[in-house]
Amino acid sequence: MTVPETTAAVDGATGPEALRPHAEDAFADELKALAAADDRPRPARWRLSPWAVATYLQGGTLPDGTVITPKYVGPRRLIEVAVTTLATDRALLLLGVPGTAKTWVSEHLAAAVSGDSTLLVQGTAGTPEEAVRYGWNYARLLAQGPSREALVPSPLMRAMSEGMTARVEELTRIPADVQDSLITILSEKTLPIPELGQEVQAVRGFNVIATANDRDRGVNELSSALRRRFNTVVLPLPATPDAEVDIVSRRVDQIGRSLDLPAAPEGLSEIRRVVTVFRELRDGVTADGRTKLKSPSGTLSTAEAISVVTNGLALAAHFGDGILRPADVAAGILGAVVRDPAADRVVWQEYLETVVRERDGWKDFYRACREASV
Amino acid sequence: MSAQATAGPSTVGQATTGPASAGPATTGPATAGPAATAPADVGSSTTGPATTVAFAGPLLLGVRHHGPGSARAVLAALDAARPAAVLIEGPPEGDALLPLAADPQMRPPVALLAHAVDDPGRAAFWPLAEFSPEWVAIRWALAHDIPVRFIDLPATHSLALKEPHREAPAEESGPAPVSAEDGDGDRDRDRDEVTPVVDPIRVLAETAGYDDPERWWEDVVEHRSPDGSATTGAAADALAPFTALAEAMTALREAYGDGGQPRDAVREAYMRIQLRTARKEFGDGVAVVCGAWHVPALAARTTLAADRALLKGLPKVKTEMTWVPWTHRRLARHSGYGAGIDSPGWYGHLFGAADRPIERWMTKVAGLLREEDRFVSTAHVIEAVRLAETLAAMRGRPLAGLSETTDAVRAVMCEGSDVPLALIQDRLVVGETLGEVPDSAPAVPLQRDLTRSQRTLRLKPEALERELDLDLRKETDAAKSRLLHRLRLLSIGWGEPAESQSRSTGTFRESWRLRWEPELHVRVAEAGVWGTTVETAATAKAESGALAATALSEVTALAEHCLLAGLPDALPVVMKALADRAALDADVGHLADALPALARSLRYGDVRSTDTAALAEVAAGLAERICVGLPPACTGLDTDGAEALRRQVDGVHSAIGLVVAGAATAEGLRDRWGAVLRKLAGRDTVAGIIRGRATRLLLDEGRLTEDEAARLMGLALSPGTPPTDAAAWIEGFVGGASGGGMLLVHDDRLLSLVDTWLTGVPADTFTDVLPLLRRTFSAYEPGVRRTLGELVRRGPAPEGAGNDGTDHTYPGFGPGLDPGRADAVEPVLHLLLGRTPEPAEATA
Repeated sequence: MTVPETTAAVDGATGPEALRPHAEDAFADELKALAAADDRPRPARWRLSPWAVATYLQGGTLPDGTVITPKYVGPRRLIEVAVTTLATDRALLLLGVPGTAKTWVSEHLAAAVSGDSTLLVQGTAGTPEEAVRYGWNYARLLAQGPSREALVPSPLMRAMSEGMTARVEELTRIPADVQDSLITILSEKTLPIPELGQEVQAVRGFNVIATANDRDRGVNELSSALRRRFNTVVLPLPATPDAEVDIVSRRVDQIGRSLDLPAAPEGLSEIRRVVTVFRELRDGVTADGRTKLKSPSGTLSTAEAISVVTNGLALAAHFGDGILRPADVAAGILGAVVRDPAADRVVWQEYLETVVRERDGWKDFYRACREASV
Repeated sequence: MSAQATAGPSTVGQATTGPASAGPATTGPATAGPAATAPADVGSSTTGPATTVAFAGPLLLGVRHHGPGSARAVLAALDAARPAAVLIEGPPEGDALLPLAADPQMRPPVALLAHAVDDPGRAAFWPLAEFSPEWVAIRWALAHDIPVRFIDLPATHSLALKEPHREAPAEESGPAPVSAEDGDGDRDRDRDEVTPVVDPIRVLAETAGYDDPERWWEDVVEHRSPDGSATTGAAADALAPFTALAEAMTALREAYGDGGQPRDAVREAYMRIQLRTARKEFGDGVAVVCGAWHVPALAARTTLAADRALLKGLPKVKTEMTWVPWTHRRLARHSGYGAGIDSPGWYGHLFGAADRPIERWMTKVAGLLREEDRFVSTAHVIEAVRLAETLAAMRGRPLAGLSETTDAVRAVMCEGSDVPLALIQDRLVVGETLGEVPDSAPAVPLQRDLTRSQRTLRLKPEALERELDLDLRKETDAAKSRLLHRLRLLSIGWGEPAESQSRSTGTFRESWRLRWEPELHVRVAEAGVWGTTVETAATAKAESGALAATALSEVTALAEHCLLAGLPDALPVVMKALADRAALDADVGHLADALPALARSLRYGDVRSTDTAALAEVAAGLAERICVGLPPACTGLDTDGAEALRRQVDGVHSAIGLVVAGAATAEGLRDRWGAVLRKLAGRDTVAGIIRGRATRLLLDEGRLTEDEAARLMGLALSPGTPPTDAAAWIEGFVGGASGGGMLLVHDDRLLSLVDTWLTGVPADTFTDVLPLLRRTFSAYEPGVRRTLGELVRRGPAPEGAGNDGTDHTYPGFGPGLDPGRADAVEPVLHLLLGRTPEPAEATA
């Protein structure tokens, strides 16, 4: 779902066996070096101090010369708030549109704090309560009756008993009744097991990182009771056009190679154009900051820009002359922008007429878009 | 002052690491003197503890202007030292006004305002907030009945000096009080002002390893707990931070000299002279509150003669001073007369909060959010405080600052969203506090400027109501009109526009009803916060109004007003606001409402010969947006909505003509508008009345031939269309006072189409369409109505009657021409038309 590379997250995962090793394995050396250099106080059961966790996420050079690669390139403020939240024993909710490296950040936070990023509940529309609380090994249940042995703990339950960081992905997709079972865990820090007359109490060090997509509000919106248990950090889209162009062209290059599309060196200007269009519409203001615009209903994330350019490349390779031309991306852009046929079309046409038409060097693009819109 | 120069709080000591210890040779008798060895004299009313220097120095309290921590420290120092007199960095002309500061009616934020008597536009402000160290010192001195004086360079010189080189807004330790521009925040001149000026606080902060100078200052000084950590007596403790700071500044001044501000030397020379005088008068027990940057200079040992020499030949201008009310928002404004601090509300809170500033702040934030109907519980407040404090620890700060609290509020109370945060920023961090000034304060320069304009324009303020007719083509009349419009912008309702007496509808005439009411003086005083002249004040008010406006129509009205009032400086801001609002407004109706007003403004602009290029451009942009948005907006409307939109289409249509004439970018706009109308006319889902109207507009413009119009009408009136729709179409096509009746009178074909349709309406639906039709036709002039009636009664013209081109049948006339009668009137007609008769011409 989330493409880490889309938000300047640097993927250095090159595990030999696994297609994609866990963060704590891929960056084991860095974590070890950090732990060795770290002399600041650590909260109970934390592998690193909060400072070191922030350094792990943001990158830096340790006194002994070890270079820590940046995992998340974005405002330091956000990472500080996220780490501090975990240190104050509050659950952390990472919000953002798709493609802003929420999952990536949560994985690395868990890896740095607890040394284990695998205690994961994947939220879906069908996530059952067992995934959040516990299930039963029915063979054993029938044979021996209810007992701790017959119980199958959920990742959350394991995290509670071991004082680890648990992760909940796509929190807003989980049905409301299952979400509610999180409330007790987060506020009382206990998980009752009525069948056994027992409970599991969280030990110090337990915490939860949840991610949610704030474009999908209303899928299963969090109740205010649950929301209150979280500190929220919103992960933004890339801050500068250059960073975004860089991400898009790098990613397009990777995808293109795997699809055996011919490389298109002239494509960069077109990529820049796509990114500019996306950013301007997304931000509701032109790149020079002088004209405001309406924003369409679609997300227009970096990931979508990547798919528009990839599409255009495929068009150019198979039906054109192999060079990425305005016409190749125009249709893709139209499809990405106009999600709601009535409102978005007006937004798009206004953009074409008031911004694109006047812009130097955009004449061909304007014509291509006009043709695509008809 | 104390022996514990370096034994202050360790944070202060940190900052002074560097070349601080090397005392300059010129360092004289001041607090900065690192040689001071005697213990502080606790509880004594004499400030000067015995020092090794020849004479006990005055108490130099270096502060950051508008720093709440500095203010607290100054208060503590004054309480501890009990000086015999207090000297403050500020214009000496303000001395006479100082007692007013103790007036119960005086409520900060206020500003001292100095202006040149003969040029109120040349003015400077010294804003003072409740948490300004200077204000605290003034109040302290007044409360303790201790003489207090300003010692900075007199405004009479600084205003005269103003033109050659203005001082930087961020002189010395951050925001300086003397950073005012002539009331309108002249941006151009501000921009010229990028001379490399050393920011001493930045240098100190970098030395201490901080990237943000403001944060360093906050950590080291503003957030210092008042009980400190020094082990010596209370007095020494109160003075320690100043000592440390003075040392640091001394080191800085050694390294950077005047820091790129040559004028400081003059000011400092003046301050030294004043200090000498004060010491002669009150002894050495005087306290000086000044920017930290000046402390080393005041402590420097120089000769009186040298100082006098520096002050020689300074230009002079006659000035006057008064107190004016100020606002927190203006303290925060960077340009113009803002004091350049970002968070006056937060500073005010830090200064005002008795204890637990973070807890109290979070409670305030929660209160605000609850007022705005956001759910915020006590648990939220608790968590926000915890997060803020932990963040501060993580960032290595002694106390959570504004950035930590803001981050915590965002994460805990605002669910990560910046929207409620903007509200907090606006209402709390900046704040809405409005100052008050006692009635006894001298008149504001705005009043003077107004009086002067009234004199030059011969417009006497009279209590008696009278009418004033202006001919805008005359220079004085245009100036009068501008003045009245400006006053109206400032809510000084001296004149109200009235219906013109001379029944002239030309745009160069204007009528006013004038009446001067005594309370207008109060209004003028209130408007004084906006500027020192009527023009600058109106400009400032219009700009802030444009930024605050929420509806598009408000901004349009403002733009119109700016043109009327002749405020070209305000136009760019207003135009920007207008373009922004227009871009974001999703309702085409609003845009359509705004365009005619803009077009009107364009026309006024022509009359008053103001530059309207920007306006024309915005109007063209607006028209483009309307062209895009109008077709989708015309479907699915009820009767009232359709009628409203029909009127807007009319308005836009006439406005576009004006816009096209005025804007360079409007090229092709008329064609695009024509295409939109065509689309409207041809689309079935568009409400009938709008379709009819669009057809008519196209026909009038000649974009549609009569044949096409007839075809469209036939379509609209064909039996398949519901009769009410068809009636609406007719209303749109020929309704209203737009000459539709004459069209029907003159075009048989259209009339017969209507006639055929009407007679074909089934009896049971006839009663439904009757009100519509009645509305359509009752608006016609009686003559037209009668003619139409006669035409219909006579029935359709016989087939082929109009075929030869000359035998058109006009109502009330027989077929064919009566040459005898025609010959009788022909000469008169020619005379009227100014043409010589041509023998072949035969027409009626």
